[in-house]
Amino acid sequence: MDNKQNRKFLPPVIVLALFLLIWQAAVRIFDIDAYVLPSPASIVKQGLNDWSSLLQHMKATLGITLLGFGIGAVLGFLLAALLHIIPGAKAGFYPLLVLTQNVPLMALGPLLVIWFGFGMMPRVVLITLVTFFPVVVAMLTGLTQCDPKLMNYMRMIGAKRAQLFWRLELPSSVPHLFSGLKIAASYSVISAIYAESIGSNKGLGYYILLKQRGFETAKVFAAVAVIVMLSLILFGAITLLERMFVRGRVPSTSSRLRRKKGEEAS
Amino acid sequence: MSYALEICKLYKSFPGARRGDEPKQVLANVSFQVNDGEFVSVIGPSGSGKSTLFHLIGGLEKPTSGDIKMQGRSVVGEQGHIAYMPQQASLMPWLTVAGNIELALTIAGVAKAKARAQAEEWLSLVGLAGAANEYSHVLSGGMQQRVSFLRALLSPQRLMCLDEPFGALDALTRMHMQTWLLSLWEADRRSVLFVTHSIEEALLLSDRIIVLSAAPASIIHELHVPFPRPRSEALWSDAGFVAMKQQLYELLRPKSEVFT
Repeated sequence: MDNKQNRKFLPPVIVLALFLLIWQAAVRIFDIDAYVLPSPASIVKQGLNDWSSLLQHMKATLGITLLGFGIGAVLGFLLAALLHIIPGAKAGFYPLLVLTQNVPLMALGPLLVIWFGFGMMPRVVLITLVTFFPVVVAMLTGLTQCDPKLMNYMRMIGAKRAQLFWRLELPSSVPHLFSGLKIAASYSVISAIYAESIGSNKGLGYYILLKQRGFETAKVFAAVAVIVMLSLILFGAITLLERMFVRGRVPSTSSRLRRKKGEEAS
Repeated sequence: MSYALEICKLYKSFPGARRGDEPKQVLANVSFQVNDGEFVSVIGPSGSGKSTLFHLIGGLEKPTSGDIKMQGRSVVGEQGHIAYMPQQASLMPWLTVAGNIELALTIAGVAKAKARAQAEEWLSLVGLAGAANEYSHVLSGGMQQRVSFLRALLSPQRLMCLDEPFGALDALTRMHMQTWLLSLWEADRRSVLFVTHSIEEALLLSDRIIVLSAAPASIIHELHVPFPRPRSEALWSDAGFVAMKQQLYELLRPKSEVFT
């Protein structure tokens, strides 16, 4: 297992290390000004200098991200279930739902501030609106595309509508739900940063705006690194949950292939 | 006299694919009965409406005309009266083997704890105790079908409908499965309606064989299988068995092959 993990993680780590080395060398050799492009070393240094402030803003960002993501995920899940269960609801609402995704965040953000004031509310609402869509789409796909063989079996043995939903459609949509959640997780961090840049006095979005205006480019980069880590942690947490819920049930293609190879070898 | 299953003058046609097309007649005047504790096979060329027949009995569709009765009561359009084993095992991949059996029983109205206990008891009875907590994707095709059969056998409904249950298995596994099913069924005679393509399989397992014509399906022959039980594969070389096999083969031969 350790070996396999290494093999998977090693190549991108090597590429990243090479990239940072070249970057560091280029800044040194071409004598680039720090406000244009700071070196990786100075980004780390400046980031550590300002760590307590970064940490505080990160906590604020994490707070609204989790809140918005959580509400969005739950709403998305419920809406998908309702659209699926109520006959005709999907046909009526789904196309309109897709239309709403064409409203640019640039227009929506300031509107939300006008409607909900300068508190946490407009930010959380924005993240929720962004998050819930991929969850609805993935979940609806899962609910409608369950195996027709299993559906036929369940109906033949006399499963009622509610039993079809709870014992067949819902469990078979779990893998879809998780792929929706993963997409929603990265969207939620990005939209949190955007929301903080338009009507807020805390959070990494606000921090970046502040440092940009002061030409402290190294700190902007440091904040970006923190945001990337935040996204990765959120993504990792969902992947972990997915393994707990889905492992051993629907094998991924790769593990199925591995087993086949094992069979051939033996 | 009431039967486990009574099919009376059943007709079924589907509307044509396009407007103005003739409706497609699938079943035409099909009537037969399954007695309590009897194993009846339905055999016919592919596309002869055997699946439609099952959908009608299962209540997923309604006949154009005719009646379906169980224990003397009409069950047209009603679901939940049969235990069912489909051609593909159709185990829920997110449930363990025991969980799958439990699911089938709870949907049939058995209490959860009792369903669980029964699943575990029977799995160990047939030597599958080790697989009780496995997920279906690690099982072989034959093992999956054993679980699928157990699931139908343990369901409380009086009639079991088996829809070409061994059609997707290789010949050797299929033979093992036939004798395995035979041993279990002969110990606990449920009423069975069995659909198959295989003449040998029908002869080995059944008390009676109903031969359907090509679409629209109607009954062209009914055959009592006289061999005593318990039966075994030794029957395959029995002279009577071979003669009946030949007779059924003639009945099922497509008309166009007469010239070859």
